Amino acid sequence: MIQVENLTKFYGLVPGIRDVTFGIESGEIVGFLGPNGAGKSTTMRILTCYMPATSGTATVGGFDVFESPLEVRRRLGYLPENVPIYLDLTVRDYLNFVGDLKGMDRKKKRHQIDKLIPLTGIKEVEDRIIGNLSKGYRQRVGLTQALLNDPEVLILDEPTTGLDPKQIIEIRDLIRNLAGSRTIILCTHILPEVSMTCSRVIIINKGQVITQDTPENLIRQLQQRSLVEIEVEGPIEQIQDKLQSVPTVVSVSPQRRSADGSGSTLFHVETERDTDMRRELAAAVCGNGWGLMTLKPVSMTLEDIFVQLVTEEEH
Amino acid sequence: MRNIWAIYKKELRLYFHSPIAYVVLTIFLILMGWLFYSNMAFFSRISVQAVQNPRLSSQLDATDAIFTPLIGNMTIILLFIIPGLTMRLFAEEKKQGTLELLYSYPVRDGEVLFGKFFACFTVFLIMLALTALYPILIGVFGSLEIRPVLAGYLGVLLLGMTFISVGVLMSSLTSNQLVAFILGFGTLLFFWVLGFASAYLDPKMAAVLDHASLIQHVNNFSRGLITTRDLIYYVNFSVFCLFLTVQALASHRWKG
Repeated sequence: MIQVENLTKFYGLVPGIRDVTFGIESGEIVGFLGPNGAGKSTTMRILTCYMPATSGTATVGGFDVFESPLEVRRRLGYLPENVPIYLDLTVRDYLNFVGDLKGMDRKKKRHQIDKLIPLTGIKEVEDRIIGNLSKGYRQRVGLTQALLNDPEVLILDEPTTGLDPKQIIEIRDLIRNLAGSRTIILCTHILPEVSMTCSRVIIINKGQVITQDTPENLIRQLQQRSLVEIEVEGPIEQIQDKLQSVPTVVSVSPQRRSADGSGSTLFHVETERDTDMRRELAAAVCGNGWGLMTLKPVSMTLEDIFVQLVTEEEH
Repeated sequence: MRNIWAIYKKELRLYFHSPIAYVVLTIFLILMGWLFYSNMAFFSRISVQAVQNPRLSSQLDATDAIFTPLIGNMTIILLFIIPGLTMRLFAEEKKQGTLELLYSYPVRDGEVLFGKFFACFTVFLIMLALTALYPILIGVFGSLEIRPVLAGYLGVLLLGMTFISVGVLMSSLTSNQLVAFILGFGTLLFFWVLGFASAYLDPKMAAVLDHASLIQHVNNFSRGLITTRDLIYYVNFSVFCLFLTVQALASHRWKG
């Protein structure tokens, strides 16, 4: 659906993005992940035909963004980062305006607006001036305008900023439900969002694509050690020595004493990659008569991977 | 065409949902009303004197004495009111980032431009229509020649169109409304005063400057004279500015 090849954009002499290449299949939800200033918005602006690339090509639905921008834009729904919508219009006037510009006839426009307004939860503000709405509502109005023409490709640049936790969950569910035949690019630096909604992640830093894969694959590849959290009641040094002697354990580090005064201590136990030593660890603790309070595996989050990748780049 | 209409409607809504249109209309009408009153007061003083002076009374004419100067006054007011009306058209959209979203819809630069241009022109037409009260008053309480009035209004209409084109161009060049206003006002004023030096210059040069000057052409209209020369001047001026605006809008898509 989307093909980007060797895309490069220079702002004067400063490169915004360099040699960005990726492909997105129809129906995928792809997370476009990167720290601030990594080139996410630049890439999106090129894909939405707002500005041309210095070199390289990008096609959406088989149409080149530079050669046939109108065709590309017909297939697009876009929500830019800061939700630039007209503050002096009412929600319904604004959506009508967008519907007209997206080339929808009166009947289809009406149908779509009436369908989307309850879906994005802006029913109660539909006749109010957008400038008087809270950030969360504006964000949802922005999302509604992106969805209005039932686009094949949906590009959302940080769609959940400024929303409260309940709204964030609603919007994420909405995005997930929108998938199917639709292709979605979700630009974000909020990592749980990506692991919750996206089938694939493209990580970009300093204008270059570092890696792309499913969140699970990325975690598997980059997780060097397995980590277990264990909370034990007893003498710290002895426990540490005992745990260290369990096979495949690489390191044991006491974290903190528990706050409830029970005298238990939390340890992080690192074992070799893809090993599960919880049974042996439990046996070691119980065999010595210490109290085993908690025992749980800790998996690496996308956050850890992201930080690891981005810092690896820098060294 | 549909897109132009959509943009046109939106722009008009923005004018009337914000204080801009009301402020501009109010200020314009207050100024015009006062100037009309002043001209009227002057005319009535002259009329009283004319009773004793038959030679003067034969030259007395309400259209010449009230309406023609009023058109002159109106053009001066428009000189700074219109850049105020046009300054936000593109500058505001650039500043708020709404232009980026607008350009993600299947719409052409020209359609955006004409929608905005006609919306602004409509506000200007409303302003102009409201001043029709003055010639009507002259007509009711005195004698009015209809043709110079129509010619005068046609002149102001064309002048306003040209002002709007210049204003729109300046607004498309910057993301700062104040800069757009100063650029627009400055450019208009420059073309206004272009003919001022012509009396002291080489005749050939003076003819060129006179022809390029905005004020020279409107004078003919307010005297009741419609010439193709003046018509073409205003149309050309506008078309050239709008052409430059389209180029300015397309420039963000130039490869660089």
